[in-house]
Amino acid sequence: MIDLSTLTIKKAHDEMKSGKYSAVMLASAYLKEIENKNKEINAYLEVYNDVIEQAKEADKRFENGTDTILTGIPFAIKDNILIKGRIASSASKILENYHATYDATVIKKLKDAGVVFMGRTNMDEFAMGGSTENSAFVITKNPHDISRVAGGSSGGSAAAVAMDSALASLGSDTGGSIRQPASFCGLVGLKSTYGRVSRYGVMSMGSSLDQIGPFSKTVTDTEIIYNTIKGQDINDSTTISEKTYTSKEIKNKPVVGVPRHFLGGDGIKKEVLENFNQSLEKLKKLGYEIMDITLPNIAQSLAVYYVIMPAEVSSNLSRFDSVRFGLHKDGKDGIDDYFVTRGAGFGKEARRRILLGTYVLSSGYYDAYYNRANAVRRILIEDFVKAFEKVDIIVTPTTPDTAFKIGEKTSDPVAMYLEDIFTVTANLTGMPAISIPSGNLNVEGKELPLGLQITARHGEEDLLFRVGKEFLGE
Amino acid sequence: MITVQEIEKLANLARIRLEEDEKVSLTKEIDSILTYIDQIKKATVDVDFTPIPGAVHNIFRDDIPTSTSSTDRENILNEAPYREGDFVAVKKIIEQDVDL
Repeated sequence: MIDLSTLTIKKAHDEMKSGKYSAVMLASAYLKEIENKNKEINAYLEVYNDVIEQAKEADKRFENGTDTILTGIPFAIKDNILIKGRIASSASKILENYHATYDATVIKKLKDAGVVFMGRTNMDEFAMGGSTENSAFVITKNPHDISRVAGGSSGGSAAAVAMDSALASLGSDTGGSIRQPASFCGLVGLKSTYGRVSRYGVMSMGSSLDQIGPFSKTVTDTEIIYNTIKGQDINDSTTISEKTYTSKEIKNKPVVGVPRHFLGGDGIKKEVLENFNQSLEKLKKLGYEIMDITLPNIAQSLAVYYVIMPAEVSSNLSRFDSVRFGLHKDGKDGIDDYFVTRGAGFGKEARRRILLGTYVLSSGYYDAYYNRANAVRRILIEDFVKAFEKVDIIVTPTTPDTAFKIGEKTSDPVAMYLEDIFTVTANLTGMPAISIPSGNLNVEGKELPLGLQITARHGEEDLLFRVGKEFLGE
Repeated sequence: MITVQEIEKLANLARIRLEEDEKVSLTKEIDSILTYIDQIKKATVDVDFTPIPGAVHNIFRDDIPTSTSSTDRENILNEAPYREGDFVAVKKIIEQDVDL
């Protein structure tokens, strides 16, 4: 028996390398967990039928010495990332039967490293949501309490790792879609610097915001995956090089900034704030200096996000034309096909955001909303740059509350959007941010995880890993 | 207050058919979202919109034709809802023959 609950990438690698068990045995152990749990949790939309064959290939690499640290490691992949020949649907009816015709760059890198793909995971349709309740197919439940959501939009990828049915997974993060479910499920989740990880072969949502990133149980594992998937890519012109940003040398302990003025609102649960203060105490004991900082425009960030993101969504989703790929529904003529297909193929939240984006971009409103949002985004970035002159990292809770009940927020879009209050800033500024487990809160007899979010300057993922490892004692 | 007519106009621009009851519920939902995002109007914004020449900039590459294997071409064409030979098929879009 392999103890999956305490397994890490490094440990699995060492044990496969030493012959304690094979990649096939490891993959079989994870398949068994999927068989036992997925019916209830709905982490996966599809479990691949060639998992064992993939694991056999990984075992060959251990035999011939071409293995890497990720060879044979079972991964779950969010349904908006393309793996050639396999279905990628973004949990949408409009792509229900779409087969990817090429590999995303992150997938190619993972394939080269020899990982085993277990299956594709559930998500909010086109990554729009914070609970996976917007999936066209199923709702993913939180493995810590099945009456609650796993978070979103990458809820399936988080639940897959939290229920020990994959050792790691990939998600995408446009406004918090990796960090929020990581926090809800007790995992580490990383959104890297904008441009650090290629998005070639990933379905676009908000192109000035999207990043791909890992879920895992430890910061060390997250770092291993990040180092494998990062890098400049000729097929994604927004990718940056190692030299794009210069890192500041930090001689002693990094200085921790806390935007205290932003943490006092009604929206944040008292116990979450208490947990956050305990995290600050822990950092103090580890020798960090804590400093209050002011980010004058941070209160506007969610409103800015809900202008820019729908604007980009409405543009990106215009590609679904019922002609080249995806769903086709017949209307009375060619143009009507378009209306009928898009009306039937997109879910409620997708339709809502497309219309909202169309509104903020339409003539007469463009200046008041879209241009103004971009201007506020710019002064927000300046606020952060200025704050980072005094401190090295900025910490907040990842979410204002623990995982909420299924159905609790579905009728009120703004309540759902407020989930992203602490996470959207990193997408708007392009700065890297990580969510790490910061303890549990007992709610109605269930232990629900909470997360600490750490943000750093552009290009300083290594600092996030350093602080995260110290915090978790890795 | 956003009206049903405005929702219809947006749906037309976005090429999405909406059911009548959804048009009504969308007026309320879009209104509540717009009320929330209206706070961006409170921020003091005196910056101009000229892009800052920063770390992230456009990267160009030469447009070099690459050969696609026939299997790849088949796979791509097979994703189209309707195909005829090596073409993607759509409904006739010309109403009548035009005398030239």
